[in-house]
Amino acid sequence: MIKGKFTDNLAKVYALYTLGFLAFFVLMAVFEKMGAGAKAIGIGFLCFTIAIYAIIGYLSRTAEASAYYVAGREVPALYNGMATAADWMSGASFVALAGGVYFGGYPYLGFIIGWTGGYVLVNSLMAPYLRKFGCYTVPDFIGTRYGGNLARFCAIVVLVVASFTYVTAQINATGTIAAQTLGVPFELGVWMGLLGIFVCSMLGGMRGVTWTQVAQYIVLIIAYLTPIIWMSNKQGFGIIPHFSYGGAVHRIAELEAQYGLSKAAGDVGVKGVRVLTTPQNSPAGNEWGMVTLAICMMCGTASLPHILMRYFTTPSVRAARRSVGWSLLFIFFLYFSAPALATLTKLQLLDPNLATSVIGKSFEEVSNLEWVKHWSSVGMLAVADQSGDGIVQLNEFFMRPDIVVLATPEIAGLPYVISGLVAAGGLAAAMSTADGLLLAIANALSHDLYYKIIDPKADTRKRLIVARVLLLFIGAAGAAVASLRLTGILGSVAWAFDFACSGLFFPLVLGVWWKRANKAGAIAGMVGGFCVGSWYLYMVYAGGMAPWWGIDHIRFGIIGMPVSLICMIVVSLLTPAPSAEIQKMVDDTRIPSGETILGSSH
Amino acid sequence: MSANADAAARHWEKTRNLTILVLIVWFILSMVVPWITNSLNSMNFLGFPLGYYMCVQGSLIGFVVLIWFQNWRQDAIDEEFGVADE
Repeated sequence: MIKGKFTDNLAKVYALYTLGFLAFFVLMAVFEKMGAGAKAIGIGFLCFTIAIYAIIGYLSRTAEASAYYVAGREVPALYNGMATAADWMSGASFVALAGGVYFGGYPYLGFIIGWTGGYVLVNSLMAPYLRKFGCYTVPDFIGTRYGGNLARFCAIVVLVVASFTYVTAQINATGTIAAQTLGVPFELGVWMGLLGIFVCSMLGGMRGVTWTQVAQYIVLIIAYLTPIIWMSNKQGFGIIPHFSYGGAVHRIAELEAQYGLSKAAGDVGVKGVRVLTTPQNSPAGNEWGMVTLAICMMCGTASLPHILMRYFTTPSVRAARRSVGWSLLFIFFLYFSAPALATLTKLQLLDPNLATSVIGKSFEEVSNLEWVKHWSSVGMLAVADQSGDGIVQLNEFFMRPDIVVLATPEIAGLPYVISGLVAAGGLAAAMSTADGLLLAIANALSHDLYYKIIDPKADTRKRLIVARVLLLFIGAAGAAVASLRLTGILGSVAWAFDFACSGLFFPLVLGVWWKRANKAGAIAGMVGGFCVGSWYLYMVYAGGMAPWWGIDHIRFGIIGMPVSLICMIVVSLLTPAPSAEIQKMVDDTRIPSGETILGSSH
Repeated sequence: MSANADAAARHWEKTRNLTILVLIVWFILSMVVPWITNSLNSMNFLGFPLGYYMCVQGSLIGFVVLIWFQNWRQDAIDEEFGVADE
């Protein structure tokens, strides 16, 4: 049925895969009708999807450097777009984003704008030029454009810090989902999740990760959209709710005024749960917070190496650009759904005209709801009659933000097979991002640190062994840190963007757009921005310093970036201009046609 | 050689101008619009308060269109100067 090279048959392969996944979904639904338990279905979904990823990972095994580092540069734009979308949408996007919109209101929308608008910067300032450069990793670009091992080393440090911050959150999310679905302790779940991640990336490197990420995107987008559309049809919010929930936004504003948004009277003793205190949509006074958050996330997007390196895998510069367009389109499908889900869930809980509402009902009735009992038992939800009037008030209903995605199927009374699907989607989102990040770190260390700096004479076989050993160690380190449960998922995710934009944004942009930028300037920009940003993070987060102009710890890129820009310009101008050879290199980078700057197997 | 360098310079000038245009639109969608959400909210669009709509959908659609628009124009520029790589 399938002849010729794998890349010639992508449409057929992934169409079959999608049909197979849907058939599996129907099969599970039939099992549920026949009386299969919730747990069996959840385990079925996890095992089935991981088995598929493992097969793809095994079939993509390779012993060539260019296949391992950049998937042989033969990934068509459309598929690279899907892979980037999966790479991009993390466990946090999948599980926490809708909950963030639910609780965070207007200021939180900075994440929605920031995590999509960043792609305009990727497309206009970075991706096509880095593709033309022909590098394997982001430090490869810095090291070659500016010259010298010190610049390369600085880029490696920023990359490792930013990506490692991010990857622990992903391994954490993988572990949470594995633990909840399989019913094992969290620490064990983390290591099991890591095993799944290795299966995708160890043998095939970038090639294996690319083709599993395409498969993971298909699972995650089906898993995100199905419950929303199903719920909307069941509850009468319209066939496709995305364009028609405007009325719900107005209605929630009325209800918020009616109930009043006040803080909880006391603590309920369940970690991480909170009551709704932020209005759905009232920008008043929060504009600065929203826009600064969006800037950090956008510039962070354009400097995070695991995203940029996805565009090194396309066959041409034009395909790199086109695949940025596809990436954002695929990402958009999830990001414009999250606010719809958050709004409709909130309406279902708040509006007394709907059968699903809980606010204003008697305490006894709400405590006996099946889904309230279930999620209370796992510490995701709490109802406490603190005012003693026997009625559930808005400030007596405590939830963890993640629950908005995880519990929607149950709140709306959908079959359990949907919850299994959501678990598989969350796992796909977290695994695909963790894969990309681990590979970004391991590749930077094996290619840039080991091969380019320590042992330039190493042969391909040795390089790839080093790359895989590093992957194992970094993954294990990530899992070890994740099992300590240091921060919530979203705190550390935002930090990764701030680290990346403080240290790498201007050295990358000016490397293409300003010929005068030289080695000393780039080093100053990376060191200055990264150190000042990190210092500010430390002082605000742990050092007890009051934030300047309301710039708190998740926005420290706003401090780091200008420092980086100023250091880079001033030091560049004080030192001699780069050599004619390097200026010629920049000129060549700006033209799509012709050979890449770095050879195909450098 | 100098004719070549001249063409390259004009290619880069056009590319740069397109990029500046794109960044201006990007700036409006990602920063100006969220900044003035409060005043936009007095208007309604598809039943949404307009400011809210822009932050959850409008700007996002704008970004997608903007990237495809830029790629369409950039392809034309590359072809005009014979430097397209496909």
